Amino acid sequence: MDTLQQLSAHLQAGEVEQARAQTQAAINSGIDPKIILDQGLIAGMLVIGQRFKAHEIFLPDVLMAAKAMYAGMDLLKPLFLKEGMPSIGKAVIGTVQGDLHDIGKNLVGIMLKGAGIDVIDLGKDVPPEKFIDTAEKEGARVIGMSALLTTTMPVMKKVIELARQRGIYDRTKFVVGGAPLSLEYAREIGAHAYCFDSVSAVDCVRGFLTAR
Amino acid sequence: MGTMLFQRGLKPGDCPEAMNLDHPELLSEIARLYLEAGADIVQTNTFGGSSLKLAQYGLQGRVRDICVNAVNAARAVVGKKVFVSGSCGPCGRLLEPFGDINADAVFDSFKEQTGTLIEAGVDIICVETMTDVNEAMLAVKAAKSIQQSVPVMATMTFDSTPRGFYTIMGTTVEQACKALADAGADVIGSNCGNGIENMVRIAAEFRKYSSLPLIIQSNAGLPQLVDGQLVYAETPEFMAKHCERLLDIGVDIIGGCCGTTPEHIAGIREVVDRYNKAQA
Repeated sequence: MDTLQQLSAHLQAGEVEQARAQTQAAINSGIDPKIILDQGLIAGMLVIGQRFKAHEIFLPDVLMAAKAMYAGMDLLKPLFLKEGMPSIGKAVIGTVQGDLHDIGKNLVGIMLKGAGIDVIDLGKDVPPEKFIDTAEKEGARVIGMSALLTTTMPVMKKVIELARQRGIYDRTKFVVGGAPLSLEYAREIGAHAYCFDSVSAVDCVRGFLTAR
Repeated sequence: MGTMLFQRGLKPGDCPEAMNLDHPELLSEIARLYLEAGADIVQTNTFGGSSLKLAQYGLQGRVRDICVNAVNAARAVVGKKVFVSGSCGPCGRLLEPFGDINADAVFDSFKEQTGTLIEAGVDIICVETMTDVNEAMLAVKAAKSIQQSVPVMATMTFDSTPRGFYTIMGTTVEQACKALADAGADVIGSNCGNGIENMVRIAAEFRKYSSLPLIIQSNAGLPQLVDGQLVYAETPEFMAKHCERLLDIGVDIIGGCCGTTPEHIAGIREVVDRYNKAQA
């Protein structure tokens, strides 16, 4: 197994310290940081995502793999000082106002980061203005919204209405998810996609960010 | 409880347990509706009444008032006619090493909550909607550490996957049966979830792996959008019909979770009475 396969294996096993050490070893041996990121960390997270989707592994496994990913990324970040971490685009995500449930949203954040997407996570209980202000300021082309409660779902509609008022709806893609959500609801409020789980969110956001 | 509170003015984002401080009379009204529907057990509005969970709303110092008011509001209406069960939901944080909170802090938070409920006179503690079996065990042990003789029910929430039923943390029904019994739970089972049909299958698995008394509290399916309004899919008739299968499996206590109303409970009551009569 070469250095990067080993890194990916440590990440998949949720071995945080070993992943950190292996990333350092890869850096020391002169491998291009972009390649360490792509073929070590992101490759490992891709497997984690697939296995999670297949219900072979569960939330604890993903959270430990994410810790390993972050440990590696922390070492790589300074090496990209000039150009910034390579990314395929920016997405703003958050759990909508009134809703404090963020396990699903955090999972989506992990999977998006693990796919090389620059994620700006606004946390939970996020007011509509904050989604729109941040997307404008950061030039993010995707806004991802999460809700666990039927009572907070309607906030998503408010965010999208605000985007229309502020004139950014046409250049922003809205992605929604959460237990009570459905494709019908997403369509009704004007979202561009409903994602059933964190792995489909990655496919969907990647698609929006790479489309010209 | 949540469904009833939202109908009575609880706003999204507000702390449901803050109602216990501001409007305990609503809790009494809800207890009365369930009593009249034929319930044998009414539950307190203390699902998020632990200091860790209340801290999300800055109410961590109000555990005592919140729990005592909830018990009193229910007891004032039901007296000793039916049982009062003290609800105890997840603390809202993930345990180490996956999350950022250690087991001792979670245990202490549950101990304060369940201790206050027991002191205020609940007949039962109901640990519910758990997805991390370790957290569920801490809650059961916390209640038992206060009073070994208080009956503790412990229920977890499972998702249906192509590979079977798992909690989001990866716990199987078989693992839950063993762990909850080891922790000292007197009654085990499942609540919330995704509709009564899945619950029938989950109950059958519980019966396969455990001889303890079983409790099932299903939600009324996933909400659907009908003419712009969110409606829970499963009617009282639909749920009541499937409860007969729960009785066949040997479930001992049947209740309702999200989206169920006194009408659902009345429907279940009718089915249970008819079933028991036929068996007699």
